[in-house]
Amino acid sequence: MSKFNKNDNKYIISYAIIMTLVFGSVLAVVALALKPKQDAEVLLEKQNFILKAALGEKAMSTMSDEEITALYSETVKTVVVKADGVKVETEEASINVFKEYKKPKDVRELPVYKVYDQADSNKIKAYVFPVYGKGLWDFIWGYVAVEADLKTLGGLVLDHKGETPGLGARITEQEVQSRFIGKEIFNANGELDAPHFQKGEGNTYEGAHKVDGLSGATITAKGVNNMLDDYLAMYKSFIKAQK
Amino acid sequence: MSTETIEKTNDKVVEVKKPSEPLFSKKRRQLLSNPLDEDNPITIQVLGICSALAVTVALKPTFVMAVAVTAVLVLANVVISALRNTIPNRIRIIVQLVVVASLVAIVDQVLKAYSYDIWKELSVFIGLIITNCIVMGRLEAFALGNKPWDAFLDGLGNSFGYAWIILAIAFFRELFGSGKLFGFQVMPDGYIGNGVMMSPAGACLLLGVLIWIVRSRSGYVED
Repeated sequence: MSKFNKNDNKYIISYAIIMTLVFGSVLAVVALALKPKQDAEVLLEKQNFILKAALGEKAMSTMSDEEITALYSETVKTVVVKADGVKVETEEASINVFKEYKKPKDVRELPVYKVYDQADSNKIKAYVFPVYGKGLWDFIWGYVAVEADLKTLGGLVLDHKGETPGLGARITEQEVQSRFIGKEIFNANGELDAPHFQKGEGNTYEGAHKVDGLSGATITAKGVNNMLDDYLAMYKSFIKAQK
Repeated sequence: MSTETIEKTNDKVVEVKKPSEPLFSKKRRQLLSNPLDEDNPITIQVLGICSALAVTVALKPTFVMAVAVTAVLVLANVVISALRNTIPNRIRIIVQLVVVASLVAIVDQVLKAYSYDIWKELSVFIGLIITNCIVMGRLEAFALGNKPWDAFLDGLGNSFGYAWIILAIAFFRELFGSGKLFGFQVMPDGYIGNGVMMSPAGACLLLGVLIWIVRSRSGYVED
């Protein structure tokens, strides 16, 4: 290398260009090569969340990735609905709940996952609805399972992008999510009344609509409440139509 | 350049059959062992504190972070060391950054493909390895002036020095913060997690104590 003058501008500029090209191509190749595997991981997580919401965490915790995919394809059927409950022909796989979240409510198209009983393929075990909203720092999302009676909340899976660890991020904890199980989404008059996190933590609540809250994570908890309100309102006509 | 003259004399030395330095000579073993204790990047040089505070809430992500930093630091050290005679001095920091950033992007993508859960947890911090002072510090202070094999050992030594400290902090934070180790409950049922340990402030306290212990043992005093 001694024949080059390393302080020459030409040398420096060519060095920079070649370096950029080399590292740029390496990164492009790596990203392309890993893309299919990454997409598979994202899909697997979605299937896992849907089944977890419907069947409970215990049933899912011992399953391998292959078993999850097999169970999903065996027991889950999807329909896509608009906010007025009308089914549309859009493919479920082409819907990105985050992109729909950015659209006005009345044009959103949302998937509904019907989870059937593994033993009896005509019996619906739960309806699973994706939900999306805002937490304190960034987006939160999840899946709500409504049992076949169309009023009991059978399970809830929540996830988040950037909530505070130990505070808002606790919405991903099993113990927190299970506080919603068995609550009801309609009140006695048949109006929508989604279960809500209450202020404070460590209390027990009577009734089917109040959930023990998250101490130190008021805004995240409110975000979950709003998310459930918004999305269950959109799924309401679909839910009513099933009865 | 000074490094080139050294290389040339080394070539001549090889010609007169003087044995080259053994692969694990005393000097080279010290490259590995010094950063673990008396020249530790965290406790002595106080570099890489930000990630030591941020990722150590539980052992599992901490372990992955340690592996990621090891991969990035070792590879970056070797690459920079191999290129050291071609890198123009005026843009050497940019070159180092490009190498580190590319390696970090690759580690990020690989984690996303093969360890999706942990990627979700760590993605932000993985990106921040780029600015981890330990990485830039070793490239600038060591890799630019030494041969690839030495740079490899130096990278390993420093990453292990970083790793054992953050794993030690994560051990105590997870144990007292959530009563678990690697996600398994070890504290008796009904143990109420210590909130301070879950927050970065708790990590700062622990790190302070750890630095105190390590320094009083080795007798290190700031200049």
